[in-house]
Amino acid sequence: MNYEAVIGLEVHVQIKTRSKMFTRAPAGYGHDVNTLTDPVVLALPGVLPVMNKAALDAVVKAGLLLGCEIAPVCKWDRKNYFYPDSPKNYQISQYDRPICLGGAVEIELPGPARNIQGEHKRIPLTRIHLEEDVGKLNHGALDSLIDYNRAGTPLMEIVSEPAMHSAEEAFAFLTSLRLAMIYAGISDCDMEKGQLRCDANISVRPAGQTKLGTKVELKNLNSISFVRDGIAHEIRRQIGVVNAGGVIVQETRDYDGLTGTSQSLRSKEMAHDYRYFPDPDLMPVKVDEAWKQRLQATCPELPFDKQRRFLSHYQIPYTITSVLIPDQALSNFFEEAVALAGIQQAQVVGNWIANDLLRELGAAKRALADSLLRPVHVAELVKLIEAGVLLMPAAREVFAEMFASGELPGAIVDRRGLRAVTNEGDLEQWCREALAGNPKSVADFKAGKESALNAFKGPVMKAAKGKANPKLVDETLRRLLAQSN
Amino acid sequence: MSSEPFFRSIGELSAALARGELSSVDLMRSVIARTEAVEPKVRAFNSFDREDALAQARSSDLRRAAGASLGPLDGIPIGMKDVIAVAGQPLTASSRMLANFVSPYDATVVKRLRAAGAICWGRLNLDEFAMGSSTENSAFQATANPYALDCVPGGSSGGSAAAVAAGEAIASLGSDTGGSIRQPAAFCNVVGLKPTYGLVSRYGLIAFASSLDQIGPFARSVEDVAILLGAIAGHDPLDSTSFHTGIPDYRAELDRRKGPWRLGIPKEYFGEGLDPEVAEAVQRAVAHYQKLGCEVKPVSLPHTEYGVGVYYIIATAECSSNLARYDGVRYGHRSKEAKDAVDLYFRSRAEGFGSEVKRRIILGTYVLSSGYYDAFYLRAQKVRTLIRNDFLAAYREVDAILTPTAPTPAFRRGAKADPLAMYLCDVYTIGVNLAGLPAVSVPCGFSQDGRPIGMQLIGQPYGEAELLGIARAYERDHPWAQKRPVL
Amino acid sequence: MSHSIDLNIDHVANLARLALTPEEKAQYATQLTEILSHIAKLKEVNVDGVEPTAHAFPLYNVWAEDVPVAGLPVDLALRNAPAQRDQMFAVPKVVE
Repeated sequence: MNYEAVIGLEVHVQIKTRSKMFTRAPAGYGHDVNTLTDPVVLALPGVLPVMNKAALDAVVKAGLLLGCEIAPVCKWDRKNYFYPDSPKNYQISQYDRPICLGGAVEIELPGPARNIQGEHKRIPLTRIHLEEDVGKLNHGALDSLIDYNRAGTPLMEIVSEPAMHSAEEAFAFLTSLRLAMIYAGISDCDMEKGQLRCDANISVRPAGQTKLGTKVELKNLNSISFVRDGIAHEIRRQIGVVNAGGVIVQETRDYDGLTGTSQSLRSKEMAHDYRYFPDPDLMPVKVDEAWKQRLQATCPELPFDKQRRFLSHYQIPYTITSVLIPDQALSNFFEEAVALAGIQQAQVVGNWIANDLLRELGAAKRALADSLLRPVHVAELVKLIEAGVLLMPAAREVFAEMFASGELPGAIVDRRGLRAVTNEGDLEQWCREALAGNPKSVADFKAGKESALNAFKGPVMKAAKGKANPKLVDETLRRLLAQSN
Repeated sequence: MSSEPFFRSIGELSAALARGELSSVDLMRSVIARTEAVEPKVRAFNSFDREDALAQARSSDLRRAAGASLGPLDGIPIGMKDVIAVAGQPLTASSRMLANFVSPYDATVVKRLRAAGAICWGRLNLDEFAMGSSTENSAFQATANPYALDCVPGGSSGGSAAAVAAGEAIASLGSDTGGSIRQPAAFCNVVGLKPTYGLVSRYGLIAFASSLDQIGPFARSVEDVAILLGAIAGHDPLDSTSFHTGIPDYRAELDRRKGPWRLGIPKEYFGEGLDPEVAEAVQRAVAHYQKLGCEVKPVSLPHTEYGVGVYYIIATAECSSNLARYDGVRYGHRSKEAKDAVDLYFRSRAEGFGSEVKRRIILGTYVLSSGYYDAFYLRAQKVRTLIRNDFLAAYREVDAILTPTAPTPAFRRGAKADPLAMYLCDVYTIGVNLAGLPAVSVPCGFSQDGRPIGMQLIGQPYGEAELLGIARAYERDHPWAQKRPVL
Repeated sequence: MSHSIDLNIDHVANLARLALTPEEKAQYATQLTEILSHIAKLKEVNVDGVEPTAHAFPLYNVWAEDVPVAGLPVDLALRNAPAQRDQMFAVPKVVE
């Protein structure tokens, strides 16, 4: 029998703020343990929460970006459960009145080949709400140690509809969502730092059936490739169980990306009963039109919109856009360089950036932000080539040198004497000499032997000490040969 | 000198301090000596730190000598209910759970009192986590009523009321969730004010029921309550439920508010269960207001009988969540028997909490649990709306509402073993918290056997200045609080 | 234990993380049943169309700007810790 998988994702995104969600203790990653706390973070007796305005802005912005409806009024609820990483033993979250409803994430599925664009789809969202992160437990042999630095960091939970049907779709969803959040400056979404975390609800059903199968929640998908592998593994596991005549039990499973296996979490916790109720310490939030408009103005162009624009406006190939778009800074670098070089040079500029620049950055282990080579270097280089001043092998040397030093290409060309001969008088003279020195080949060419032309190019280049523009040499030789009738 | 320093008012003391007749250190020594003399009988304090108090007094004297006095509270010892955080001092909530907890931070009210120069004096006993009406639920000791040592001082702020009545503090702060300031004030013959919800910051007050809790002052006169309120009231950015409102000079306003007022008498507060002596004392006070030219009108608060039910759903639900943080992980009592982290919770909480606290956590957990939320919590919140609307409707006809503070005078320790019987003592005070209103308990007489009786004046939202003016108009002619206990 | 009120004391005590003795369970069950019977009076009230009161004086949009303030130094953060190691709060092993 054929089975169809149904997948919904719950994605937690840490919001990049300077202070925590409900107190002004600093937020951050990589600090000494328990140095980002205050009485509120530690839930000392008597403390009270106060919302972080910037975190609210960020989640409204995320909602606008993803086409959600922003609730006119939302409120805060307490989700009650005991765990040592949760200082209050309740989490402040949003239960029945989240801040964002609906919306969608556009995804691109893998194309038939790497250089061919894949199918695009919109995966609908259920909701986005705001809550606070928990601390970190370090399990030792005999005890567990708790660091509360992360506790209280603003956390956005983005819940998709169960509308994906393969591990690839889930992977594409997460990739696209992550990029949108990075573009908007909402989060750095570094999965290694726990800034983006994903749980998946997965079920299978016979193809064509509309009723959903029993879902399994898969946790700890803590890298983007683990999301794909873990979901694929779980789909296979469920189909295996059903095919063997078994039934899927509703459970939570933990995926271990290193071994590629999952196991059921038989938590001591009885059936969860979070006892949600409105947090009496916090007031509701009203989002009005002016607030939305102010944030709308700060929303960036979504990555796929930018890609469409690059394809149509700059007429650059998909393969180049698929290198530029995933890196917001690189795609901006490209646009700046094209603006300086002229739009007709877009593809050439794109090639230099997508190939040469990335190769140099990789070799030097340098981030784009630290690059001495800026858009102006690329633009000038491209213009020198277009003008015939700089020839191809030399251009690559110039590129490597300006990447290393930040010197502008024109200056390198001059200093190293790489300027191609553009004086047509000299060139014509060398061509005449070459033709005069080889009458046999002149005859061959005139008899229709096209390749005979090459016989003259060596001497011309030699006379020009290698700095003649081959295209110009070719044209001049042909012109002189035509004239010599 | 009219009396020993420890029994004088803030007004008298600040004048004497200003004139140099008395130093703050003299005053503090007088209060310490009095405390040490009567504390074996009263047991109002969980702890106090003489040296720290004297050091604060010396700072005050230095300020005064330098001409930099911070106002009428500078150098005045103010007792603190042991649920209000003072940096470097114990903060126990009278619970074994927090027996060894030392606060690393100041509550907002404490910051404000320090800014006014007041001396934070001692940690005053209460019913554990402010849950109770008799201060018998303290894990450490039962405080006695200074006017009747075999009787309770009321609760939960029993220590705060008893200390002020006994001259162990000039004034004090308590907290009131369902009557925890007003009822002990009535039992101990002092004035106690529960401010409008949101007037005084709750930051640094150990939460019992967040939507009902308010900090408020105890003192031996309406004027002293006004002075203390002026120091602690006002918007606090650390409390999201705190209100932006202008803070008048409550003390100066006292004599400007002259009435005559329209006073409402709710018939639901004078029915079955009201002690005849209390009823009579309150009726005499009503008669006095009439003599002052006030119009006295019957009003109805028809949902009063549901108050206790609504209160015990909302308060226990909130407390079950507020007290979840006491788990023995970051601070507080930790069981030595725990096998693993989950077991640690079960045992630490079982060992750390007393039986009333556990009872309320169980009830609150139950009413919030899956399948019961709508029937209990949501319904209670709706009935709360009706209770609030009752008061707002009454205020279309009257300026304030006058009731007994408690159905009876102070009862004997151990007299109310049944929790429901104890809960029903709060019947007259609970509605005020549910509606978020300000109310003050003012002494209005004594029973035949010498136990104090208090009346409750309930004001309009943020109407503390008017409310205290009404209280002062009665007190001026009947200064019951000046009758000292024999200790 | 009364059966008129559906109070599963074991379940509730587990949610509340309270280890109760059999005596406490029996006592609480009796007392809470009595209290719940009193509370049941609320069923008499007609609350159709009544908005719930979460806050006596509701406000909106009470927040602070995102400006960090120095928090507790680690020694003060750990001051009341029942057990600590390596600047962290120590608890008996968490069994997942």
